[in-house]
Amino acid sequence: MADQALDGAAPRPLLSLRNVNMTFGGVKALKNVSFEVLPGEVHCLAGENGSGKSTLIKVITGVYKPEAGAVIDYDGQSYSQMSPVTAQAGGIQVIWQDLALFPEMTVAENIAFQTVIGRWPRLVDYAEMRRIATNALQRLGVTLDVDLALHHFPIAQRQIVAIARALVGEAKLVFMDEPTASLTQSETDYLLDIVRNLSASGVAVVFVSHRLAEVLEISSRVTVLRDGALVGVYPTKGLTQSRITELMTGKTFDYSVLHRDLSTSPVMLKVKGLSRPGEFEDVSLTVRRGETLGITGLLGAGRTELALTLFGMRKPKSGSVVLDGKPVRFGSNRDAIAAGVAYLSEDRLSLGLIQPQAIADNMVIASLDKILSGGFISSDRKRSLVNRWIRDLGVRIGKQDDAVSTLSGGNQQRVAIAKWLATDPKLLILDAPTVGVDVGARAGIFDIISKLADSGLAIILISDEVPEVYFNADRVLHMAQGRIVGEYVPGATTLQAIEEAVYA
Amino acid sequence: MRRFVRSHATELALLAVIAVICVFLSFATDRFFTLGNAFDLLNTSSVNIIFAVGLLVVLIAGGIDISFAVAASVVQYLTATVLGWVGGGNWIIGLIIAGALGVVLGCINAFLIHGFRIISIVATISTFNIFFGLLMFFTGGVSIYNLPDWLTTRVVLFEREMADGTWAEITLPVLIMAICVFATWALITRTTTGRQLYAFGDNPEGARRFGINIGAMQFIAFGWLGLMAGIAGLVQAHYAQEVVPNALYGRELDVLAAVVLGGARLGGGKGSVLGCILGVLLVSITQNGLNLMGVSPFAFKMIVGAIILAAITLSNTSIERLLPFLKSRRVPS
Repeated sequence: MADQALDGAAPRPLLSLRNVNMTFGGVKALKNVSFEVLPGEVHCLAGENGSGKSTLIKVITGVYKPEAGAVIDYDGQSYSQMSPVTAQAGGIQVIWQDLALFPEMTVAENIAFQTVIGRWPRLVDYAEMRRIATNALQRLGVTLDVDLALHHFPIAQRQIVAIARALVGEAKLVFMDEPTASLTQSETDYLLDIVRNLSASGVAVVFVSHRLAEVLEISSRVTVLRDGALVGVYPTKGLTQSRITELMTGKTFDYSVLHRDLSTSPVMLKVKGLSRPGEFEDVSLTVRRGETLGITGLLGAGRTELALTLFGMRKPKSGSVVLDGKPVRFGSNRDAIAAGVAYLSEDRLSLGLIQPQAIADNMVIASLDKILSGGFISSDRKRSLVNRWIRDLGVRIGKQDDAVSTLSGGNQQRVAIAKWLATDPKLLILDAPTVGVDVGARAGIFDIISKLADSGLAIILISDEVPEVYFNADRVLHMAQGRIVGEYVPGATTLQAIEEAVYA
Repeated sequence: MRRFVRSHATELALLAVIAVICVFLSFATDRFFTLGNAFDLLNTSSVNIIFAVGLLVVLIAGGIDISFAVAASVVQYLTATVLGWVGGGNWIIGLIIAGALGVVLGCINAFLIHGFRIISIVATISTFNIFFGLLMFFTGGVSIYNLPDWLTTRVVLFEREMADGTWAEITLPVLIMAICVFATWALITRTTTGRQLYAFGDNPEGARRFGINIGAMQFIAFGWLGLMAGIAGLVQAHYAQEVVPNALYGRELDVLAAVVLGGARLGGGKGSVLGCILGVLLVSITQNGLNLMGVSPFAFKMIVGAIILAAITLSNTSIERLLPFLKSRRVPS
């Protein structure tokens, strides 16, 4: 139990939960959890996947009924359980990860959709909708063209529309589930500003995010859950990312830089003066066998464009690429794959994996020619190949034939890596491999990357989180506005120095 | 202006294609650019436009219907038979009977789709076969020529003698079409029900979370199409002066192509009445022009197909790519 300070100035909590227990099919999803939100605060709910965050949110919003004995105090009332109707009437709003918006309808209609709900048909009052929408946006300090269809706007602004919609429902407590998962850095900053405005106007926000940097930046307190139980409530002041990670996973992670001597290792990739005007200019770099080269920089620095060019999906205007001693010029990514380049895409969910298809089919899709027997796919060869990678990469799955969508983020990423390893690459490019992956599972992925490098693969690791490349790469390149503006060796330069250079 | 262009990209593209074709036909034939021909086009397009606005509502709600044209044939036949028993009647009674029968057939589709969770294309392909099979079985393919007088009499609403002595006329089907178009426009853009239909087609899960009654949406969408199909069936019988059981067989694909051409999306949430009308008009103007130019009717389908392809390609190309200066800045700061 986290004791609250007994000074009289402490405001009464808006929401206070005690003794919340939930069991699903014999598994305890929540064990005696308590949780508290103060009016107008930004409170962070941290925990790995399966730690009980979503279950807790669903208890508070009335989707699940907790076991008997639970006490839910909200806004001066006491309940033993919530219902969706009481939660909504009381001003509890959830902004779902998938947004639940209507892309073809206008911003005004999306925000004020409540006004067209009702049992009997009425005439639509567009003027009223516009007024409601403009007011809600004004409260957030945003101006958008409310008469334009939503699909014209980027994701960040759709998030804003979802928040504005919650405000129309007279929200007092807003839950935001991974709101920044698909946003760029500048969009994230923009969203965090909105959250601050929201909190300043008296609305309490419970923020769930995998990105710990944001958690530290936005929240005043953090509640950590692990395996369905409360670990504790902590003031954000004084917390660090590694401390939160420890609390979430219960493990201490060994943060140390790599020390591999690669001076005698042969060069696998040598890029000289590679340019694509408007995307990147004059990029030169080398990667040795067994080396992990980190590339960092803000989103839009040209990192992904560079990676796609090395992977043959875009053609360079000028410059040369030498792979394993041979000059190469790829006409398409098929050429690149044949030459031994593998690229793990930035957007695993939509581009990297075919979600509804079986794990096994996803793993072999880039290397179908290796499992052919007489022109047809041999199911024996497929199974043995897939078994090998499941074992080597430690993918935790039920059956090979389960859909990829049934896996957690970390395991999906392993499947995506396996898919490319099955092509026997010489150079593996990993573009933001930990987006949407739990902190605990991240360590597992970096373990794999490190082992792959030790086995002689050349690896390029792209990430906008500087610590990720700092602790997992032998050298770090800093890219900004399409150019390489710095090269660092972790250990010789401090993490802080690189972070200052990148985020400056 | 910029906003208008962005939100009406399909309609503007269609209008441009239609304008090009009209200019071409005005020079290629001497009959095309006359009031008489324009009125003819309206008279002949009326049935398809009524079908089209009905189908539009189903497409907006995220469904599709293959059965409405044969359903209209069933309605024609039943209405003619009922009118034969009762005797007499008039347009109002005829429209009420035909509309009601159409609604019943539409609701059968909605019931199958909602009650048994059958996807709409499969459900309506089945009812397409069932409706048509029943009709052919019970009629033996025999047509009805003996229709009530009021139904076969041409009703001219507006006429004007042209310089060459021919008459330009607007007939009753055009008025009925105009009422159907207005009613559909009002339903989908002016009522809360219409906006719920759009929302349901756009994001069914999001609509469900708002507490929209999903079953009601299906019955309203398919019921509306049934109503329009019933009315269109009666108007077609009036226009053709007879009821032929397979007269409308195959019409569903022509109408579907025209509606999708008009910007309605298979998958829901998108489409406008204006686009729908333009889609139908583009196809009938093309056919009309080919006719006037003396092109072999055997070539019609081929050319119409090519025009549909060209128009859909043009309207799929984002307007921002064609007119880059319209592109607005993305992230505000």
